[in-house]
Amino acid sequence: MSQMTGEKVFDLERSSVRELNQFLHGELTGVGTITVKNPDGAHSLAVGLDSPIRVEIEGHAGYYAAGMNQQATVRVHGNAGPGVAENMMSGRVEVNGFASGGAGASAHGGLLVIRGDAGLRCGISLKGADIVVGGGVGSFSAFMAQAGRLIVCGDAAEGLGDSLYEAVIYVAGEIRSLGADARIEPMTERDRDAVRELLTAAGIAPPAGEFKRVASARSLYHWNADANQAY
Amino acid sequence: MCGIVGLLLKDAALRHRLGELMVPMLVGMTERGPDSSGMAVFTDSVAEGWRKVSLYCGDPAFDWPRFESELVGFLGEAQFDRKANHCIVTTRTDPARARDWCATRYPLVHVLSAGRSIDLYKDVGLPSEVAQRYGFEELSGTHLVGHTRMATESAVTPENAHPYTAGEDWCLVHNGSLANPGSLRRKLEKLGERFESDCDTEAACRYLHWRLSSGDDLEVALERAFVDFDGFFTFLMGTREKLALVRDPFACKPAVVAETDEYVAIASEFRSLAHLPGIRNAAVFEPKPAQVYAWSVQ
Repeated sequence: MSQMTGEKVFDLERSSVRELNQFLHGELTGVGTITVKNPDGAHSLAVGLDSPIRVEIEGHAGYYAAGMNQQATVRVHGNAGPGVAENMMSGRVEVNGFASGGAGASAHGGLLVIRGDAGLRCGISLKGADIVVGGGVGSFSAFMAQAGRLIVCGDAAEGLGDSLYEAVIYVAGEIRSLGADARIEPMTERDRDAVRELLTAAGIAPPAGEFKRVASARSLYHWNADANQAY
Repeated sequence: MCGIVGLLLKDAALRHRLGELMVPMLVGMTERGPDSSGMAVFTDSVAEGWRKVSLYCGDPAFDWPRFESELVGFLGEAQFDRKANHCIVTTRTDPARARDWCATRYPLVHVLSAGRSIDLYKDVGLPSEVAQRYGFEELSGTHLVGHTRMATESAVTPENAHPYTAGEDWCLVHNGSLANPGSLRRKLEKLGERFESDCDTEAACRYLHWRLSSGDDLEVALERAFVDFDGFFTFLMGTREKLALVRDPFACKPAVVAETDEYVAIASEFRSLAHLPGIRNAAVFEPKPAQVYAWSVQ
């Protein structure tokens, strides 16, 4: 660990994840950027932050990186394991490589940017955050997503938006299949503005081709005794 | 939860370092599997007509010299390479004969593997302890399949540790759980497969062996498995020439692959790959669900 003005470096070859996280949960006046070296796939890096700081993770992160984030900006300069930015409340989390399953699961607020592909169940149970994926997303993404927006510049795999509530998904590439009660709706000017704003905020160039809007048909909102469990 | 590791060395100059490169991979998966661990190592093949048989006995006081001399009497020519309570026998005999002989004369001695290339070690204990017990660091070979186990559906015993084998030069490790191992087992037993443990993974291993020995190639066998297996799995499989990896259609269990010009390395998590030489420039990717990945020894 070494200290510079407004900057702090944690080398995880010498410090533990617990030391890093305890520092990040402490009094951070005057600290602007925290750099994490040699993360080497460690779990739970920079979780539970609640300060307007910047954390630069210089390598690959393991499970649950930047989970429960509030206010902070956390950048993973590599790939992220399962559950990156899960339950984020606010702030910004960026992954320069790919993110594994469950990225942004149940996130309430803030912006999650994944420059590569996201794995299965991206934005599952999303509760208000925005997610921008530069690549594609795996199966069952945005399953039961309640609020927020998911932008997919690449393709979406099976069962996109299954049992959606009020979250909205925009996909530029192919959609292999939609989940139950998800449907493609016409893009309005408001949708185009939203996509443009989010891509600009994410710093991702708009992909070729028109985005498709996927939202809930709301047919599962009310119990239908005649459906005989078949949806 | 369990941990999986695999390594295939493309660069022949690295083959004497296979064990040294692998031990940190295995130890890196300790949190995912502290109960027991195991390793199948594929070496250069013994000559046509010869077979290697890996044996294990749980009794630390077992009289190996007496066993060896009786086995030589039965098999004729044989060489023995013993480490702790583990022994690799090289013989001209059909491994099935050695297996039957052990079952009758020495029921405490288990045949872990048989083939021209495979050596297999598995035991209870932390991965670091098992690695030290059997000198994993000194192992050399072309490729390997390793596992650290956190038991969920059967007891912590050496027999229930992974890798599992069936037939010759075939092994499989598993992260996940199957919901229908009993019905698979009943079906396979009727077809003549003999089970040696009550672990769900053995059903998967013997099912795939049955399909491969019935003429399916690995891709076709795994397509059938997607239909017949009910449950979650990441499987890593080894044959004399290949490593193969597959995840279930829901990708419930993790896997990461790193590939360079020198090697292909596979692990449940990146932290088991972080120490490998040249890892910063490796192509790192997550295998897609329900897709068969295979790499061949060059």
